[in-house]
Amino acid sequence: MKPRGSIRRRLVLQLVGVEAILSVALFVVVRAVAQRAAEGTQDDILAASATSIADSLRTEGGQIRLELPYSALSMLGTLHEDRVFYRVEAQGGILTGYADLRPARAQAGRPGFSTYDYRGEDVRAVTVLRSLGAGTQQEVAVTVAQTRQGLEAISRKITATATAVGAGFFLLATALSLLAANHALAPIARRTEAVTRRGPSDLRPLSVAPPAELWPLARALNGFMARLRGSLARTEDFIAEAAHRVRTPLATVRAQAELVHRRLNDPDKRRAVREMIRAIDETSRSAGQMLDHAMVGFRSENMERRPVDLRDLVRETCNRLAPTADLREIVLRQDLPDAPVTVEGDPILLQAAFLNILDNAVKYGPHDSAVTVSVTDGAQVAITVRDRGPGFGGADLKALTGRYVRGESTAHVVGSGLGLTIAQAVA
Amino acid sequence: MRIVVSAARLMLALMAVAQAALAFEIEDHAVFPASPERSVLRIISTADLDVFRPILLAFQAENPGVTLDYTITGTSQLMAALHEEGASFDLAISSAMDLQTKLANDGFAQAHASPAAETLPDWAAWRNEVFGFTQEPAVIIVSRAFFGDDDVPQNREELIRPLRGNPDRFRGKIGTYDVRPLGFGYLVATQDSRRSEAFWRLMEVMGSLEARLYCCSGEMIRDVAKGRLALAYNVLGSYAAAELRRVGGFEIVEPTDFVNVMLRSALIPKSAANPGDARRMVDFLLTLAAASGLPAIDPDALRANSALHPIRFGPGLLVFLDRMTRDSFLNSWESSLFQVRGLP
Repeated sequence: MKPRGSIRRRLVLQLVGVEAILSVALFVVVRAVAQRAAEGTQDDILAASATSIADSLRTEGGQIRLELPYSALSMLGTLHEDRVFYRVEAQGGILTGYADLRPARAQAGRPGFSTYDYRGEDVRAVTVLRSLGAGTQQEVAVTVAQTRQGLEAISRKITATATAVGAGFFLLATALSLLAANHALAPIARRTEAVTRRGPSDLRPLSVAPPAELWPLARALNGFMARLRGSLARTEDFIAEAAHRVRTPLATVRAQAELVHRRLNDPDKRRAVREMIRAIDETSRSAGQMLDHAMVGFRSENMERRPVDLRDLVRETCNRLAPTADLREIVLRQDLPDAPVTVEGDPILLQAAFLNILDNAVKYGPHDSAVTVSVTDGAQVAITVRDRGPGFGGADLKALTGRYVRGESTAHVVGSGLGLTIAQAVA
Repeated sequence: MRIVVSAARLMLALMAVAQAALAFEIEDHAVFPASPERSVLRIISTADLDVFRPILLAFQAENPGVTLDYTITGTSQLMAALHEEGASFDLAISSAMDLQTKLANDGFAQAHASPAAETLPDWAAWRNEVFGFTQEPAVIIVSRAFFGDDDVPQNREELIRPLRGNPDRFRGKIGTYDVRPLGFGYLVATQDSRRSEAFWRLMEVMGSLEARLYCCSGEMIRDVAKGRLALAYNVLGSYAAAELRRVGGFEIVEPTDFVNVMLRSALIPKSAANPGDARRMVDFLLTLAAASGLPAIDPDALRANSALHPIRFGPGLLVFLDRMTRDSFLNSWESSLFQVRGLP
């Protein structure tokens, strides 16, 4: 199953989008505020200049006199080397200055500002009104204008700064949002790891409470695991119950048949009972193997790995098969090393597989022969079973491991055809 | 046919007369031809040819092929030529910082991003249009013969005291600029007036002693050197130094209270036909060695003597060019200087 989309990528992309919008907004705001501040500074200086000129106006014998204060114009040179124009106008006409300079609209006591083109360059102009004279008041308008090159230089600097601020904010916010996305998604990774690390039989509910967003998923998973646990338990119970219910009555029937067989003298009847016992044996074996096969199938899906000493496995299995071997006068030889030979695996499954192989050897081997079981340790751990049986006769090993298929040379021996299937399934 | 030709000649002659009537006054004119001639650089200047000849020749040595056309005129004539009459020159060199500033402010100059100007202190250039290239103090010169063993006054207060104490000794023996025409005299007088009230007291005293008024530094220096004057106030220091080396007989006093330092400056008019050579000339002037005879811009000298105050380029210089302000200033000046004799 391939993943479709990524929460992390979606989260990061959306955060980055938001940050891009915020960065642009920051740029615009910083630029606008700083620009307004710079323009305000120029306006303030212009107004101060015009006011100081207006303050130096006086009347002498009805005539207006003016001495420009040196600072009125020199202060305009402090910001930048911008060109400066001025004009002083009374109701009677221009008193002094640049006659073609246009005054801004002003009210008494409130300077007026305007921006326009003068002699081919943008100028910012301020006009201040002042009433002069004792008896007949005369209104004088003082206009001071300055080109805006300094302001443009400041504006370029502001734009550069605002760009740097915007870009810096964007980069920082992007880095932080990557961190935030990773942090937000960390609980998912933690829970995934906890589930992955579990053993095959561990179907307990998740122990650590997940965050609210993962709560439904965790609850669903826990519910699913509980159902699975119940289902597995029922299957196991069923197999154990079935084994018990089938094996015990069959053993009873077989014992009774043996008793009858011993008491009978009539060879025909004895033969019939003998056939019966044979059928019972076969049924018992088949049932046992079918249950074994089910168990193997069940367990291999929930494989439990733990260290198993193969020598113990061989000894135990040989002991279990000793009575049958004795019956057929077959000697079971064990060739085991002194040191333990340990492999990782499911002990029940391994025993089931080995039991079936050895069972085959004992069953199909000739009377009065020997079966040797040896365990070798090395690069590859192996259990070898050597017998004097008919072998597989070159038949396809794959075919033989199919269910209910029996080799050609086995027609006269009891067998379900499930032994090798079980062995293969375990392997 | 003959008649037609002479009519045409007459027309030309009439036009020449008309042009002469319109044109500004030319004091002197010199051409330094180059051969072969590649271009012509037309300079209008207020500096005497004697002062400027070595500079022009040095420039021509570095830029062969540039014919230099050097026109000398007064400061206000230079202003009138460029500001009102639209005369075409490639470079304007003037000692009137205020008029140069006004030319630039009113849009008659073109910018020149001079690499040499980057090392200039910020008071020595304006808008990449006006470039100061000399620093010349306004000084007092005193006659050795007149003062003899007496202490020579070292500042304005010390100067006022003996003038008040011995009016008869100094009457008619003091010289200063007639500030009424625009130029160096007006510039330093207005700067004096804005720096110290002592200026007006000095003018009052000078007026009471019937001080003699001069148009130019040269004549004042000559009269002091000859003993006709006891002292001259606000003389161009560079000229005085040159004359002192040449003839002697006087002493140069840089007042210890404050010294106005004037910058001779160059600007390239908007109407320049040959701005390329003009820019080269500006760069050449800015890297001027002391060998040229003119004192180059030297911020270290200002740091060494805190009384030296360079006049700054900037819109402040427009103040005393204002008609009403100028009227008011000249009113005060005239009432000080003509209190005894009355206005001529």
